[in-house]
Amino acid sequence: MAGGTPSPGPGRRRRRLHLSKIYSYTCGKSSFKEDHSNIGGPGFSRVVYCNEPGSPAAERRNYAGNYVRSTKYTVASFFPKSLFEQFRRVANFYFLVTGVLSLTDLSPYGAVSALLPLALVISATMVKEGIEDWRRKQQDIEVNNRKVKVHDGNGIFRQEEWSNLRVGDIVRVEKDEFFPADLLLLSSSYEDSICYVETMNLDGETNLKVKQGLEATSSLLNQDSDFKDFKALVRCEDPNVNLYVFVGTLALEEERFPLSIQQILLRDSKLRNTEYVYGAVVFTGHDTKVIQNSTDPPSKRSRIERKMDKIIYLMFGLVFLMSFVGSIIFGVETREDKVKNGRTERWYLKPDDADIFFDPERAPMAAIYHFFTAVMLYSYFIPISLYVSIEIVKVLQSIFINRDIHMYYEETDKPAQARTSNLNEELGMVDTILSDKTGTLTCNSMEFIKCSIAGTAYGRGITEVERAMAVRSGGSPLVNEDLDVVVDSSAPKIKGFNFVDERVMNGNWVRQPQASVLQKFFRLLAVCHTAIPETDEETGNVSYEAESPDEAAFVVAAREFGFEFFNRTQNGISFRELDLASGEKIERVYRLLNVLEFNSTRKRMSVIVRDDDGKLLLLSKGADNVMFERLAKHGRQFEAKTQEHVNQYADAGLRTLILAYREVDENEYIEFNKNFNEAKASVSEDRETLIDEITDRMERDLILLGATAVEDKLQNGVPECIDKLAQAGIKIWVLTGDKMETAINIGFASSLLRQEMKQIIINLETPQIKSLEKSGGKDEIELASRESVVMQLQAGKALLAESGASSEAFALIIDGKSLTYALEDEIKKTFLDLATGCASVICCRSSPKQKALVTRLVKSGTGKTTLAIGDGANDVGMLQEADIGVGISGVEGMQAVMSSDIAIAQFRYLERLLLVHGHWCYSRIASMICYFFYKNITFGVTVFLYEAYTSFSGQPAYNDWFLSLFNVFFSSLPVIALGVFDQDVSARFCYKFPLLYQEGVQNILFSWKRIIGWMLNGFVSALAIFFLCKESLKHQLFDSNGKTAGREILGGTMYTCVVWVVNLQMALAISYFTWVQHIVIWGSIAFWYIFLMIYGAMTPSFSSDAYKVFLEALAPAPSYWLTTLFVMIFALIPYFVYKSVQMRFFPKYHQMIQWIRYEGHSNDPEFVEMVRQRSIRPTTVGYTARRAASVRRSARFHDQIYKDLVGI
Amino acid sequence: MSSNTPSSSAAAAAAGSVDPSAARRNSKRPKYSKFTQQELPACKPILTPGWVISTFLIISVIFIPLGVISLFASQDVVEIVDRYDTACIPPSDRANKVAYIQGAANKSCNRTLTVPKEMKQPIYVYYQLENFYQNHRRYVKSRSDSQLRSVKDENQIDACKPEDDFGGQPIVPCGLIAWSLFNDTYTLSRKNQPLAVNKKGIAWKSDKEHKFGKNVFPKNFQKGNITGGATLNPKIPLSEQEDLIVWMRTAALPTFRKLYGKIETDLHKGDTIEVNLQNNYNTYSFSGKKKLVLSTTSWLGGKNDFLGIAYLTVGGICFVLALAFTVMYLVKPRRLGDPTYLSWNRIPGGR
Repeated sequence: MAGGTPSPGPGRRRRRLHLSKIYSYTCGKSSFKEDHSNIGGPGFSRVVYCNEPGSPAAERRNYAGNYVRSTKYTVASFFPKSLFEQFRRVANFYFLVTGVLSLTDLSPYGAVSALLPLALVISATMVKEGIEDWRRKQQDIEVNNRKVKVHDGNGIFRQEEWSNLRVGDIVRVEKDEFFPADLLLLSSSYEDSICYVETMNLDGETNLKVKQGLEATSSLLNQDSDFKDFKALVRCEDPNVNLYVFVGTLALEEERFPLSIQQILLRDSKLRNTEYVYGAVVFTGHDTKVIQNSTDPPSKRSRIERKMDKIIYLMFGLVFLMSFVGSIIFGVETREDKVKNGRTERWYLKPDDADIFFDPERAPMAAIYHFFTAVMLYSYFIPISLYVSIEIVKVLQSIFINRDIHMYYEETDKPAQARTSNLNEELGMVDTILSDKTGTLTCNSMEFIKCSIAGTAYGRGITEVERAMAVRSGGSPLVNEDLDVVVDSSAPKIKGFNFVDERVMNGNWVRQPQASVLQKFFRLLAVCHTAIPETDEETGNVSYEAESPDEAAFVVAAREFGFEFFNRTQNGISFRELDLASGEKIERVYRLLNVLEFNSTRKRMSVIVRDDDGKLLLLSKGADNVMFERLAKHGRQFEAKTQEHVNQYADAGLRTLILAYREVDENEYIEFNKNFNEAKASVSEDRETLIDEITDRMERDLILLGATAVEDKLQNGVPECIDKLAQAGIKIWVLTGDKMETAINIGFASSLLRQEMKQIIINLETPQIKSLEKSGGKDEIELASRESVVMQLQAGKALLAESGASSEAFALIIDGKSLTYALEDEIKKTFLDLATGCASVICCRSSPKQKALVTRLVKSGTGKTTLAIGDGANDVGMLQEADIGVGISGVEGMQAVMSSDIAIAQFRYLERLLLVHGHWCYSRIASMICYFFYKNITFGVTVFLYEAYTSFSGQPAYNDWFLSLFNVFFSSLPVIALGVFDQDVSARFCYKFPLLYQEGVQNILFSWKRIIGWMLNGFVSALAIFFLCKESLKHQLFDSNGKTAGREILGGTMYTCVVWVVNLQMALAISYFTWVQHIVIWGSIAFWYIFLMIYGAMTPSFSSDAYKVFLEALAPAPSYWLTTLFVMIFALIPYFVYKSVQMRFFPKYHQMIQWIRYEGHSNDPEFVEMVRQRSIRPTTVGYTARRAASVRRSARFHDQIYKDLVGI
Repeated sequence: MSSNTPSSSAAAAAAGSVDPSAARRNSKRPKYSKFTQQELPACKPILTPGWVISTFLIISVIFIPLGVISLFASQDVVEIVDRYDTACIPPSDRANKVAYIQGAANKSCNRTLTVPKEMKQPIYVYYQLENFYQNHRRYVKSRSDSQLRSVKDENQIDACKPEDDFGGQPIVPCGLIAWSLFNDTYTLSRKNQPLAVNKKGIAWKSDKEHKFGKNVFPKNFQKGNITGGATLNPKIPLSEQEDLIVWMRTAALPTFRKLYGKIETDLHKGDTIEVNLQNNYNTYSFSGKKKLVLSTTSWLGGKNDFLGIAYLTVGGICFVLALAFTVMYLVKPRRLGDPTYLSWNRIPGGR
């Protein structure tokens, strides 16, 4: 065995371990493969002069520094780039065009008043962009200024900032530090220069990865001073995105060594369990693999915004149409002004001496020019502040989401985090939730809960699933109580251990009849693993660092049973155990000879150890199907019992493993070890198969000890949450990598499945396919599989069709293999049809890619909003594909969170996020946009109508500044307040009546009907305002002094009416008046008068026709006030009547709830229950449905009542 | 044991929520406030029958009296309107009115008005033009406010084209508005006694004081080859040319009245007023009507029944609506929480 005995190196190295030998797979030797012949060629041109970054040769290469910039803009590029971004929006571009046109003679108003609002809006957005970018900049600064030890020549290492690293630098990275760049691992504190790396930031996996340096370098470089004269040359590939491949050679003292990814430490991963490493910088800054990999997350836009774009296009259409009509009329009227018989009609316009814009001789031309003027004039139809207002509103909404105390998770100290504010309202429209299982529905904390040893089942802990099952099988309430008692007694919890059985706890196991088997079982748990212990120096407590939570649970369990694994040395495993004879704790050291690692094909892992009596033992644990077939004839003593227990455990939703061992003959071991090491050292392609074969031969004739059962616990409140979501009419699909049985169990536990549901199971486990798999060729299998899947899908559909309208529910369960075929282009339609017809869909054994594909299928196939929720790196594709990606900021790293749109700490917060925030945001944004168009149409139509009375000459009714400030000052704040604060229904009622959520799913608050309705309302208001003002000021004897009303007075009066009407309309439309609403609504109106006074008091050269118009003309005239009062009431009457009738006789769902709240019945549980019953639709998922179903089952007449309630 | 911490820290945090100053100072726990939790005290009005009916009733209670008052005010106003555009053209010239008005003939014309009711002074004299687009954009823009305001800006005539200069010299006041100044004149007499028409104080004070300069005098006005309307006395500063000031405040709509002067004596019922007018202004080419208006005012302004009638009508409608809603609420009591209106509930969906 290579390096079997520690070399008598320098003293400080003595404690180091040659851990490399316990890893048989990952530490493959590098070899010159084909790729290496490319080095120096295109794509493989990088040359790194290790330890001489400043040399002329290195300088010539001029590789980029290690400074990393994640900001979107630099100081120089901020303005052009962000402006460009702004004007990519078609509405903004339109305003830019009108702004530019306003500088020409075409403009109906002054250039400043056209450009100012645009500037305001654009700069507001730019400030926002700037602040966001500034935050990123701060992060960059933090990262770039991190310190790392860099070789400074002469064997001295000095602290240096990350950003100053150069390619070729030698760095020393200490334990728990991040790697500053992509490094070539030269040596580590372990003698065989391995090191442990946590790659959570790269792939989200929490388990540690092992990297190993070349022996050539590790033997040379052990301490700082060794680097004094170290020189090496690395030739390798150019920067690329592939995280798992690296091709290069190291030239060291005339010798060349191949380099692979095994020697590369990637930036942003972390050094763990290793005191220090030395590395040479290979890629810096943006050349590093992690940064090469970072792509901007796909920018998502909500459905509402996409629809809003359509409205904007509609408005454009309207504007152009009106402009067109206006231009034609204008053209005709202008032509009439032609000089006829030496006379002109409207001589006062001097048409005979007109410029092109009014020249009757060139009327068509004038009409075309007028078209542009009109397009500018009618620009008030398109709310310039819409985008920026929506952005402000969404940011504020996100703050509310982030600040929601009900979505804060105490245990991990994590509040909800809306990472993008783009999708707030989309949260209120989710039709289908695609959920990951592990870590999302479940905690991803494994708890050792049961075991079966020597055919006896131990462990009285009750799992969630069991409890659910007890209810499922109609268990008596007595059982329920019983279960609860047991669960409660497990209060003082140890992470990973939830085992209660006095027969084996506290050393009682020695009195069990099969004590020796129990002892072997526990020893196996303590020895057969790859966990690394960490002893707390102060308390002496031991904790474990394990590759998977399952494994940690085993070691913890062993510890709790009295077999405390506490040290892993070079080649030994030490644990303390209770000695059967003496009854005292004694330490045992097993020599660890080989680790036969776990992988998904082997489904087992084994260790070969020499116990302290010198016996060679093979200890093995694995999945039941692979383990039972490996048992020796004499090792099957407990097989039947164990099998039975394992089935029970699986039924209870537990993960099971079979534990077995055998004693190994010395000769056999020597033979095995020889072959095994040869295989490990081999560089051939079939190295892994070779190892598989050798280990396979070894892991035979095992003696069964028993089985373990680990619970993957459901997260708190998951069943309740799922029930609520189902009540809200949201479909929930579970996409999991787990096997079918587990998935189904979790489905039962979380109420996604229930007993009387018809399960349509689609898999490829048919005997026919199985036999084909053994004998047939690839193509045949594929063909047969596809055929089988199609057949099963069609059978399912037939079943579905058969059941017709009956409320019988179906569940579709499909496994990964079948999914591969079901997602093929020709078949996926059938699959989707079947799946949407089913109440629950569970896809098990699905790969990350499949998860994403399923998400895409649902998204594009149904056209409805999808929400994906997951916590691991394997969910990233799904999260990015879905309309909304929700990341669980749990234990599986940050990868999911980083690619999510919204991060929450627990699945159950989804309920509040969707039902409360989602609904609010949706109804707010929907109302807000409707209102925006309403107010702009009201305003725009008055402008249009007035222009019609000026023979379409493009004369605006209002002063320039009135025009431009309408959107900015007099109507924008209330609408923002609406978007941020309005609540149609309080949070409590959102929970109480989850069906309310359907308003968003069906999009009834933003239907074309509602949008057009609001537009019509605006149109009617505008008609009322214009014609009433015109009529009441018709003869224009305006006041008692006989003064007549000019343009400025009509304009001022109309404008006052518009301000009043749109603000009062707002007051009528909102249902939630806080002081904020009062301030902004009444404040906006008051501000109009104040503005009018201030503006009117300015010098006439600035205020032009608004000079003193209020104080001198409007305010003293009773007719002004009477007109205003009349017009504003009159304009609101149609809406008021409509709303009164609709609210009373045709209430929408949220209005019904408002009635309930208002009428105070909400405290009467019976009444609420009745209303809810009436409004509940027959859900098929969730425990409410389950309860309903059981009621259905128990009594026939209930069915009848139910039908009455549903109102069939 | 680290694995014990979650439960204990949860307990600590639960305690911490009571006393936030406790250990968890660095916690990311959102601070509780009614504002951030969106639990601000709010009034949540909904349109209950009571609200709806009383709103309509209140509106009608306020509107009907207002309508009555406005109508009375309007009725109080005595107004004499005399259209003279056709009448003041000799019958022989009526076939070609434009030629007549542009001709050199004597445009003098006599009209007789009868006072229908007692008219208290001040009585306002207006001219009313119809189909005259003073609000046409070309027209509205064709002026130079700065030039009107001060002498030093008299060269700012960019906006005034084509009436901007005369032989290189700026026209003051420039632009189409000034150029087309109304130039019919009225001389009123009662029983052969001249009736004084005071032409002072007919313009807005702010215009006189701040928009038309005291030392800006007309220059080169109406010197072009075509004379538009009235000429101005170059000796009188613009601030005193009130006819011009009134004319320059452009009307909002194509039918408009402008103040001509004030009669500061009462007129009695049955009085006949002789008007000798100079019919100079050409409205014939665009078929515009010209009217002479004598009117008293009320607190509400001139004679305009519209507002009064409108108030009365809407007040009445609201009253009817209040009744209608009362009946509706009585006849058709709503079933509470009736879900059958919800479209998605009609189909037992979802399976």
